[in-house]
Amino acid sequence: MTTPTTPQTHESGISFSRAATIVAKREIMVRLRSKAFVISSIIFLAAVLASAIIGTQAGSLFQSTTSVAVTADAAETIGSLEGYEVTEVSTQDEVRDLILDGTVEAGVVGSPTDGFTVIGERSAPEGLIQALSITPDVELLDPNAPNPFLTYFIGLGFGLVFFMSAMTYGNTIAQSVAEEKQTRIVEILLATIPARALLAGKVIGNSLLAFAQIALVALMVIGAGAATGSAILLDGLGIPLLWFVALFTVGFVMIAALYAATASLVSRVEDLASATSPIMMLVMIPYIMVIIFNNNPTVLAIMSYVPFSAPVAVPMRVFLGTTTVWESVLALAVLVVATVIAIRVAALIYDRSLLRTGKRVKVSEVLRAAG
Amino acid sequence: MISLRGIDRSFGNHQVLHDVSFDVAPGRMTGFVGANGSGKTTTMRIILGVLAPSAGSVEVDGVPMGAGYRSRIGYMPEERGLYPKMSLIDQLVYLGELHGLTAADARRRGTDLLERLGLGERLTDTLEALSLGNQQRAQIAAALVHDPIALILDEPFSGLDPMAVETTLEVLRDVADAGAPVLFSSHQLDLVERLCDDLVIISEGRVRASGSREDIRARHSSPEWTLVTTADTGWVRGVPGVEVVEFDGGHVRFRAASAEQADTVLRQAVERGSVLSFSPLNRPLTEIFAEVVR
Repeated sequence: MTTPTTPQTHESGISFSRAATIVAKREIMVRLRSKAFVISSIIFLAAVLASAIIGTQAGSLFQSTTSVAVTADAAETIGSLEGYEVTEVSTQDEVRDLILDGTVEAGVVGSPTDGFTVIGERSAPEGLIQALSITPDVELLDPNAPNPFLTYFIGLGFGLVFFMSAMTYGNTIAQSVAEEKQTRIVEILLATIPARALLAGKVIGNSLLAFAQIALVALMVIGAGAATGSAILLDGLGIPLLWFVALFTVGFVMIAALYAATASLVSRVEDLASATSPIMMLVMIPYIMVIIFNNNPTVLAIMSYVPFSAPVAVPMRVFLGTTTVWESVLALAVLVVATVIAIRVAALIYDRSLLRTGKRVKVSEVLRAAG
Repeated sequence: MISLRGIDRSFGNHQVLHDVSFDVAPGRMTGFVGANGSGKTTTMRIILGVLAPSAGSVEVDGVPMGAGYRSRIGYMPEERGLYPKMSLIDQLVYLGELHGLTAADARRRGTDLLERLGLGERLTDTLEALSLGNQQRAQIAAALVHDPIALILDEPFSGLDPMAVETTLEVLRDVADAGAPVLFSSHQLDLVERLCDDLVIISEGRVRASGSREDIRARHSSPEWTLVTTADTGWVRGVPGVEVVEFDGGHVRFRAASAEQADTVLRQAVERGSVLSFSPLNRPLTEIFAEVVR
């Protein structure tokens, strides 16, 4: 028998980047072909769009008209106020009757010269009392400062979008890792490409999907701002949104790597939930913190240098104007370093635990074991 | 030629492979036989580079096996696995691409293979929609999609119905005939006996025998014959140079130093009665296996 030459012995297989690209492509295609994924994404985006629009219209939504019965002398003054439906009657008793039988909510009697009396059944509308009171002069130093309601709403928005997206795509990558391990296809894959190329492909694929979703969210919010002509969405949120997208993208790579490494420790998809719960806690922390501390500059400043909460805290600070560009860049740099470290540790864990089946592998065991 | 040279492997303090060395020659089907836990799967994983050996090397024609060669091996692990919710053809295209094929080539080859294996009408079905036997065929297609230059198959026939065994065999034969080394493990010794050109017998992490099927058989059995006649065969014990192994009335099994001596027994048998059968005995592999691993 002749010995065949084996020129392939020395050349390497397909390149690392090619392998990672093919894996990433599969990750994306599998998601896009999944009905469940497409539907839940559409619902999520629709919810974001709806809350952006509602957010800009919230003020007018909560306004309603109050019905007021007045006597002739008061009619002119009350009629000139906005938001009141005026019923003019001739006597004070008639005003009282209308209030008692529930036809109107309040009544005003008296005249501009003698002073007015506001009549109510059990209480009188605050707005009406204020409108008829003498108010002191008010001097506003910063009339454009964000109002607390809006700050809360925006903080909640950043936190929720971060939390939902990180959870969804983090779980997706964890599922994908555990599925390959459970079905044992991972052995065929590892016989073909290096574990790190597989991990890189998964992280890249899912990060691209997450980035696409976040970018869509940002575009929709800005789009909603343009459509409704809301200055808050357009001017106030534009730059914070850019920071959010940038930080989220880096931060998600870190989260994805951690999810993948954790998933590689278990042998069955059923064990995923308990294994990944510590990461879920980490992802939830910024969400809860930003709800509580959205108006506390010190806490936000600390949060912006903590890798997990930076994607939420930095845009909040930019929105509130309590930060400078270099602080935001520094926060981004801290996040990038943390991400690089996370990827290295994740690759090590992933590499060493993929072929181990049976009971859950301990992280300390994996990191201690020599190659 | 794929050669294993002095492979050791330990998991923790437990050494599972001891100085494992053997060859898998091109164009030949090499059967890899051993009990559960004897180290077959670990050895195969080491050849594939999925596991690293603690000592020793895997060589191709005397040179350490490189990533390029490895990526062109077709591998079927013992624990089967493909994506349950992905269509057959998509899985093959994916694996083909990872092995360096273009998507179009992978699709063409994948379609051909599935058709050959009788799955031509199931191309776009998901794996989980198939019966177990058909899943197994898809698994074989997955090992072959990139036109491998060598095959390493862990228990390729387990779970296959007789028809599928034949189809699979044909496909494997073709690969071997094209000049590729083919190594496969199996518990089914009768199947191995029928199929293999070469044999490697492993026990407790040590290679107990390796070589061509005929060599191993010759080495582990002294020549034996069986004789069946109408007359009692007790006299065979008295023939010089002959050792009786089994005896039961008209049936006798004996060892002889040479064919000539066996002929002497036949000649005498004809004189004493009519001979119903006389033939050299091939010891079945199961017997040799039991003896070798003891």
